[in-house]
Amino acid sequence: MHEIKTRGEKAFQIFAFVFLTILTIFALAPFVLIISASLTEENTLAVSGYQFWPKVFSGAAYEYLFTKAGTILRAYGVSIVVTVIGTAVSLIISPMLAYPMSRKDFRFRNLLAFFVFFTMIFSGGLVPSYIMWTRVFHIRDTIFALIIPNFLMGAFNIFLLRNYFTNSIPVSLIESAQLDGAKELTIFFRIMLPLSTPVLATVGLFVGLAYWNDWTNGLYYINDTALFSIQNLLNRLMQNIEYLKSGSGITSAVGNIDTSQMPSTSIRMAIAVVAVLPIIIIFPFIQKYFIKGVVIGAVKG
Amino acid sequence: MAKAKTAGRLQLKKDLPLIFLCLPGAIYLIINNYIPMFGLFIAFKNINYAKGIFGSDWCGFQNFKFLFATDDAFIMIRNTLLYNLAFITIGTVLSVFVAILFSEMGANVFAKIYQAGMVFPNLVSMVIVAYIGYAFLNAASGFINMTLLSAFGIDPVSWYSEPGAWPVILMVVYIWKNVGYSSIIYISNIAGIDRGIYEAAKIDGAGKFHQIVNITLPMLKPTVIIMTLMAVGRIFNSDFGLFYQVPMNSGTLYSTTQTIDTYVYRALMERNDIGMSAAAGFLQSIVGFVLVLGANLLVRHVDPDNALF
Repeated sequence: MHEIKTRGEKAFQIFAFVFLTILTIFALAPFVLIISASLTEENTLAVSGYQFWPKVFSGAAYEYLFTKAGTILRAYGVSIVVTVIGTAVSLIISPMLAYPMSRKDFRFRNLLAFFVFFTMIFSGGLVPSYIMWTRVFHIRDTIFALIIPNFLMGAFNIFLLRNYFTNSIPVSLIESAQLDGAKELTIFFRIMLPLSTPVLATVGLFVGLAYWNDWTNGLYYINDTALFSIQNLLNRLMQNIEYLKSGSGITSAVGNIDTSQMPSTSIRMAIAVVAVLPIIIIFPFIQKYFIKGVVIGAVKG
Repeated sequence: MAKAKTAGRLQLKKDLPLIFLCLPGAIYLIINNYIPMFGLFIAFKNINYAKGIFGSDWCGFQNFKFLFATDDAFIMIRNTLLYNLAFITIGTVLSVFVAILFSEMGANVFAKIYQAGMVFPNLVSMVIVAYIGYAFLNAASGFINMTLLSAFGIDPVSWYSEPGAWPVILMVVYIWKNVGYSSIIYISNIAGIDRGIYEAAKIDGAGKFHQIVNITLPMLKPTVIIMTLMAVGRIFNSDFGLFYQVPMNSGTLYSTTQTIDTYVYRALMERNDIGMSAAAGFLQSIVGFVLVLGANLLVRHVDPDNALF
């Protein structure tokens, strides 16, 4: 089908095209700047500054990353473990909570929906949570601190799942399974979950991104560098640099820092690039689910 | 009577597996979300860990008095509100604009790639954004000082100790990170508008510009109003990462970068001042809650279908 376009419409289309091209360049250029910096020879970086194209190429930063940097690889491993476990657990307990809410014959469905919904509009904030996790559950400097607080389950995702169960899976399916004598757990695990892969992919994506990108739990609860995620490592490296530059002495919260041991600028930029890499790689495959999830979520959270 | 009892027991037997299913999630929400809500009472205590949380002395509104005796209270509330207002207005205008451009471009492979590109900044962590900011802004070798300013012969600026520049910098970062993402909802909205309306307008001789002003924008109005009201409901909250990471936690910038969230964090973790921190957090929770309720009331007034409750 070909729409006939007037000249004004064509002009408009060209304008939109050009403008969006510029905006897309603006959106992506900053990433080019850090990728370029990570590939620039260290002295050149210091002398001529950050450029969009390396004046003198060097792969030394990446070589260092993959050969000498145990801490960095370890932090990367921590990020992977936390993301995988967090997402997996979330993808089990979130649908388990959402499914009963979708069942019209479940007596407590409204109560449950309100119970979940209320967490969206009211929150105790950082101070009580922090005190609870550190004083009651003693979560500090354990891997649990990176997995459990805040990200394991969110009301937004629960409603996304509930709406999918309600709208996209016919009730008759559940009813006929019940007539066949199937148990509730069987119905849930054997029928509902396999039929819900699109929404599970969307929720898994949101949760996985949140875990991969999280630096707050590490900031609040982790001091032991062995448990740093890649985000926390990046955060600490930057703090140390700023701290040294501010010239406010070497003895304080950050502890003694040997400047010669600090990764150079290009190495830090290389770590940042490597931290973004998984997202760059998977995004083309998940774009569809992501956009869909955002649209559905915004319409009715 | 006996019959009712058996019926009740039958119903319970039927519900039991479902209750069992939601148990892990419910327990998580109780611990992660509900207990901290009750923990808000800490704001009225003079916490002394030796005496324990519950054993510490009540101190009435003392923490709030101390908080408001400082300049911090005014600065953080002002910053939180002003930044949010700027983000809501400018962010909405730009998102709608971008959405219109996308809809004019039509559905093709470029549109898909461009949208991916513009959404991408939303998918990276604020730590990465801080690194990018540093690549542009650091005094010694940043792109802005070394390349942009020097091209015009302007002296380098040490951005991380220049509070006046930060409202602009944070605005730019916010737009860069969020506009592509928030335009998604408007794009889907425009896609839902009946093409026939545009065809009819075209036959009546309306040009593209007229169609946008008289059809697209009015059709987007309900969504814009609802998104704006929901954002207003969150006006007492700020993006902790944006205000903590991007300014590199620089103390000289607090006058223009401190928000309620960064204050609560800094008072709690850096100054160990639980009282002040809890007081600020309490204020944020309660005022935020009232604002959300108010915003929802307004949304229900505009369009009951989109009200949260």
